[in-house]
Amino acid sequence: METHSYLPVPPGVGMEENFLSLDDILLSHERLPSRTECTFPRLGFLEKSSDSRDIQEGTKMEMPLFLAKGLYERKRRVVSVELPKVYKEGWRTVFNADPTVVDLHKMGPYYYGLGSQLLHFDSPENPEIAQAVLQTFIGRFRRTMDSSQNAYNEDTSALGIWFHLELKATGQKRND
Amino acid sequence: MFCEKAIEIIRELHRMGDGQLPAFNEDGIRQVLEEMKALYEQNQSDVNEAKSEGKSELIPTIKFRHCCLLRNQRCIAAYLYDRLLRIRTLRWEYGSVLPTNIRFHMCAEELEWFNQYKKSLATFMRSLGGEEGLDITQDMKPPKSLYIEVRCLKDHGEFEIDDGTIILLKKNSQV
Repeated sequence: METHSYLPVPPGVGMEENFLSLDDILLSHERLPSRTECTFPRLGFLEKSSDSRDIQEGTKMEMPLFLAKGLYERKRRVVSVELPKVYKEGWRTVFNADPTVVDLHKMGPYYYGLGSQLLHFDSPENPEIAQAVLQTFIGRFRRTMDSSQNAYNEDTSALGIWFHLELKATGQKRND
Repeated sequence: MFCEKAIEIIRELHRMGDGQLPAFNEDGIRQVLEEMKALYEQNQSDVNEAKSEGKSELIPTIKFRHCCLLRNQRCIAAYLYDRLLRIRTLRWEYGSVLPTNIRFHMCAEELEWFNQYKKSLATFMRSLGGEEGLDITQDMKPPKSLYIEVRCLKDHGEFEIDDGTIILLKKNSQV
């Protein structure tokens, strides 16, 4: 059906999530490399790699964003989150050099959203991460707008490097 | 890991990005609610133990489960809300009588909500445009032509429009 009246709850802006947004819920399901900074008794069954009754302090695990956000405390007694590769210095240099050549879809579906959410974990690199995400978007914006405006009847395979959320962000409807 | 069923029902909805209504996943909701019950009961028991025996090391685990409880709650709320948005769209796409196959996709409460929404919309439409009301679900696209035909309700006599033309406005004539 040609639906103009289905307006789902949009994702939140910046570091905020919209509680009812399906996009934000999927975003906060993404897993982050983390480390427990204390013991979690009686939850050992969640950790397939160990047979312990508890999750030991210092266990490295892939934790969904919602859980990491919920457990994280500034004083760092509970859980610590490691930056995924794409947000570390190495990749930040690549994005700085030329953001338009990176295949963002390969880096995971939520580069911008996850980048914004990472700021919740008080990394000392926060200002650099925020800058990188912002500059990447600015750098790619023009190309994305051009492509979405002019994609009518064109070969869109070259657009494979742009992931769909970028196109959504431009608010354009592609005439595929 | 907890909350896997919850994210599954969200993905199911998200997959249909065009606003179509999939069947109500009663079983999925039931499973999420069951997981919530289990998490809650485990937490109740651990909280009592932590309080009575001073086992403060249980607190991280309690927080963990609580986090998952909130997550499940969020997923269910978002699932139900997004479905209502889609059901609301149905009134505008299909009118007041829904095709039977779509009606089967709705649970009893959603059907009830749809009926109430229809009533609210009808009441609103009746309140517009004088005695007969105005059906705003018709003619949702703007007209392509520059001019529109109108019927005159009252005798006004002669009327001069912007370009200088004079029209005679007589009751019940169409211009």
